[in-house]
Amino acid sequence: MNSYFGRRYVIAGIFMVFVLVLLARLFYIQVVDDRYFLYAQNNVVRRLIQYPARGPILDRNGKIMVSNERVYDITVVPKQVKPFDTVEFCKLLDIDKEGFDKRIIKARKYSPYRSSVFEKQISAQQYASFQERLSEFPGFDAVQRPVRTYPDSSAAQFLGYIGEATEAIIKRSNGYYNPGDYVGITGVEKSYEDVLRGQRGVRNMLYDSHNVPKGVYAGGAYDTAAVAGDRLVSSLDTKIQKLGEKLMQNKIGSIVAIEPSTGEILCFVSTPTYDPNLLVGKERGHNAGILYKDPYKPLFVRPIQAYYPPGSSFKPLSALVAMQEGVITPQTVYHCPGYYTTGNRRVKCFHGEVHGDVNLASAVAHSCNGYFDMVFERLVNRMGGGRKTDTAFNNWRNNVAKFGLGNKLHIDLPAENRGNLPKASLYDKMYGKKGWRSSTVISLAIGQGELLATPLQLANIEATIANRGYFYKPHLIKSIGDKQVIRKEYTERNYVGIDSQYFNPVINGMQNVVEFGTAASSKVPGIIMCGKTGTVEVKNHKDNSVFVAFAPRDNPKIAIAVVVENSGQGATWAAPIASFIVEQYLKGSISKRTSGIFPEYYMNQNLLPEIPGSPAEKAHRRADSLRRVKQDSIKKAAADTAKKEIELKAAKNTPAKKTAERSIAMLPKRRDDE
Amino acid sequence: MNSQRSFFFNVDWLTVLIYLALCTIGWFNIHAAVYDETNTNIFDLSTEYGKQFIYIISALVIGIVILLLESRFLTALAPVFYGVTVLLLLLVLVVGRNVGGNQAWIDLGGGFRLQPSEFAKFATCLLLARYLSSTNVKITELKSFLIAGGIIFLPMLLIKMQPDDGSTLVFCSLIFVLYREGLSGYFLVFIGLVATLFVLALLYNVWFIVAGLVVLAVLLLMMFRRNRRFSVAMLIGLVACIGFVFIVKPLYYSGLKKHQRARIDEVLGLNNDKRGVGYNQNQSKIAIGSGRIWGKGYLQGTQTKYSFVPAQSTDFIFCTVGEEWGFAGSVTVLGLYLFLLLRIIVIAERQRSPFSRIYGYGVASIIFCHVTINIAMAIGYMPVIGIPLPFISYGGSSLWSFTTLLFILLKLDSNRMGINYA
Repeated sequence: MNSYFGRRYVIAGIFMVFVLVLLARLFYIQVVDDRYFLYAQNNVVRRLIQYPARGPILDRNGKIMVSNERVYDITVVPKQVKPFDTVEFCKLLDIDKEGFDKRIIKARKYSPYRSSVFEKQISAQQYASFQERLSEFPGFDAVQRPVRTYPDSSAAQFLGYIGEATEAIIKRSNGYYNPGDYVGITGVEKSYEDVLRGQRGVRNMLYDSHNVPKGVYAGGAYDTAAVAGDRLVSSLDTKIQKLGEKLMQNKIGSIVAIEPSTGEILCFVSTPTYDPNLLVGKERGHNAGILYKDPYKPLFVRPIQAYYPPGSSFKPLSALVAMQEGVITPQTVYHCPGYYTTGNRRVKCFHGEVHGDVNLASAVAHSCNGYFDMVFERLVNRMGGGRKTDTAFNNWRNNVAKFGLGNKLHIDLPAENRGNLPKASLYDKMYGKKGWRSSTVISLAIGQGELLATPLQLANIEATIANRGYFYKPHLIKSIGDKQVIRKEYTERNYVGIDSQYFNPVINGMQNVVEFGTAASSKVPGIIMCGKTGTVEVKNHKDNSVFVAFAPRDNPKIAIAVVVENSGQGATWAAPIASFIVEQYLKGSISKRTSGIFPEYYMNQNLLPEIPGSPAEKAHRRADSLRRVKQDSIKKAAADTAKKEIELKAAKNTPAKKTAERSIAMLPKRRDDE
Repeated sequence: MNSQRSFFFNVDWLTVLIYLALCTIGWFNIHAAVYDETNTNIFDLSTEYGKQFIYIISALVIGIVILLLESRFLTALAPVFYGVTVLLLLLVLVVGRNVGGNQAWIDLGGGFRLQPSEFAKFATCLLLARYLSSTNVKITELKSFLIAGGIIFLPMLLIKMQPDDGSTLVFCSLIFVLYREGLSGYFLVFIGLVATLFVLALLYNVWFIVAGLVVLAVLLLMMFRRNRRFSVAMLIGLVACIGFVFIVKPLYYSGLKKHQRARIDEVLGLNNDKRGVGYNQNQSKIAIGSGRIWGKGYLQGTQTKYSFVPAQSTDFIFCTVGEEWGFAGSVTVLGLYLFLLLRIIVIAERQRSPFSRIYGYGVASIIFCHVTINIAMAIGYMPVIGIPLPFISYGGSSLWSFTTLLFILLKLDSNRMGINYA
């Protein structure tokens, strides 16, 4: 033994300290710090998202409107690419050398080791020839991906389209969507996105350090299967939808037909339309560009986004409100000298027609402006007129609003427009407080002036009249999924506050419209249709042709509104088109008419106005503006002053400015209708 | 007969058990590290784990042979072993086979290779023990110190020329032996100080370190102001330290090779290149860290199975332990090593002959050095240095060498009662 015996403790101590330091570090990275576990997972586990098939959409009779078709994305892992015959490769994919280089550089930029999409959505046929030679192109692979296909090429605006999720959508989805995912952008595809998309599945695959797949992670314990999207049954009837689109081709306008007893929309035509198949596949971007630039705006969903003065089609509603308020009875008579005098204005009947003594039913049948001007004045001046005009007016307004005018009906499509139902405050702005009276706003009596409604709202009014006092929320999707779920809100009646006994006189009048009134030429043999024409003048253009109706009179099956822009009188275009739809729907075919009208004539008419901005249209406008300068009236000047005032006020109050400006911008030229 | 019985009776079976445990752990982890689902036969001789089985069996044979040898033979032949080893180390520099940048192998034909640096370890230990245990040698005397140092330094130099940094470093650990035999404790303090200052100088601004040193020195001077000699030594030390701090960086950039610097930078966090230089160590850390408390289970380690970790059956074998057996496995393995080291110290201290004791400390130092460096490297506490984990890493040479190292000690220990043999 030597004297350094004690040093063994020093050495043992040093050994222990070192081992403890190592253990402490190991404790930290193995137990405390979870990062490494995640890193290891990220090293080997790839979450492969399994995309479910998007739900198909059927029409009310079970006919497929949209389903899925297989296309293939070509993917590439740049590091695995070995020299190959690029010429042949490009030929197979139908791309040029430049395009090839661009794509491969993009892929390399994304990641040299990870797979990224080289070419999107090649068709099944193209894939077949590519696949045969896939083994000659190491590093390339093909991934199947379903895309939408539309066998009927119809109802484009209803269906909408899907597209790659934008930055904003990805952000809003809280990470649900990834770049490259497809989501509904418009139409039903958007409003039912969460139902249609189904549930994405995840497969956790193991990859080794050379990026070679090594099987399923944890025996698939964390995998989830993709659940296909729910099937939607739409309320549309493809047959009348297609007929409607044909009748409306080369015309601007809408057809909306509703089943009154359910609120289901049977027909939802918006023209000019487009083939929804254009917005699928490789050419999607190109086609979308063309559609966006189209001056006739085919992507505009006219039934819910366009709004028009309802014109005379508003008269039945007027009559109902007046009776409910007790200012007239069905027997109330007005002596029509061909005009109506109020204040210092004289409102003419259409073409100055003299109607003589008219009661409610005949006033509706012959669309007597005088009668309804009287009705409106009685309502608005009920409290003595003058200072109390605005109170009475707002009362009228509230009654009209119950029919769904001036507000969204909350149809199951995005971007619905509310139209416009003016408030007393709007006229206060235009004419000053108390600066207006019934005579000032007399145009409203006949559905003109500041009153604006979407075709959907018009059709809904008819459904309400057909039901004698209530409506179901109009909707486009009848039921969701295999369980045929119907949303509760669509099964509830919305009453409009008119007692059912008041409907008969109005419906009598509407029946007369078709039997021997303004729409007599559109009478459908064997069907009692009740309707109302409307002819709405549009500044610098031909009139809008409007027709609203429901049929049959008893136990109605269909309520319809047709608007054909810049075409002429309601009876000329909208009424016949509506009658064909109604007949087709109720009888399954179109019979010969005594009036001699037939669908093909309407299908072949081109009523498209000149393209805004085209040379012909410019020449037209110049001539019109000259005429307008000549006709410039005092009232116009007054309106201009009002507009300026509003602008001044609006400077202080931006939201108010928006509404006011919109209302004024929408003002059609006042003219006394039919 | 009688001597045979007492012989086996005297072998330290506890150490043998630890040894066998570590070898077994090694074998299973090698199996896991190179596991291939298509070939699950653990005895398949074409695989590393199959070969390791052979190596373990042969190591046991070597161990038994050593236990049967005469102790005198070992003592007497120590200079011969040493001489042969030095010759082999010279030879390897000429005819050696280059594997992974190190000219460390001599081909024996038939797929077998010899790594002389492995044998240099016990040869050096034996000669060092023999020299230091001879009469009239006192390590505190300069001459003895120089000769002892020379015995260690010669193989170190030759190994450094291969160049095998890891094995070179291992010889430094023999400082513990010298310390135990009387070398001033200041040597240890000095080494610790140099290492600390080296790291600090690379990490921080030189002037901060100088300021820190000055403050420290002032505090120490105030505490020990009565002690004049200490104060003087203190000041000299301070000046030396400051001087050292200033030459660290130039030394670092001129004295070390680029890849060595890169590895050190990676550990110190001066550089962060997880795809390049830092890849191995980062993946190793991920493997160990991802094991969590109980590990992923035998053959379930994804990092090792899917070859994210390099050299996973040899230098980075601890990754497999950490990943598949978790912190529990880490504690077990490190615990076994610590237990082994302490047991060796106990064995060394119970020897009557200084030769046996000194040799024992040599064994402990070398095993300690290997374990510490290997694991520290695997968890990012040390730059990457290729050095096997004793008894666990794959490889015949290293297993035979460690077995020889350890069993010579066991042989010496079994004879501890009869000092006359030594």
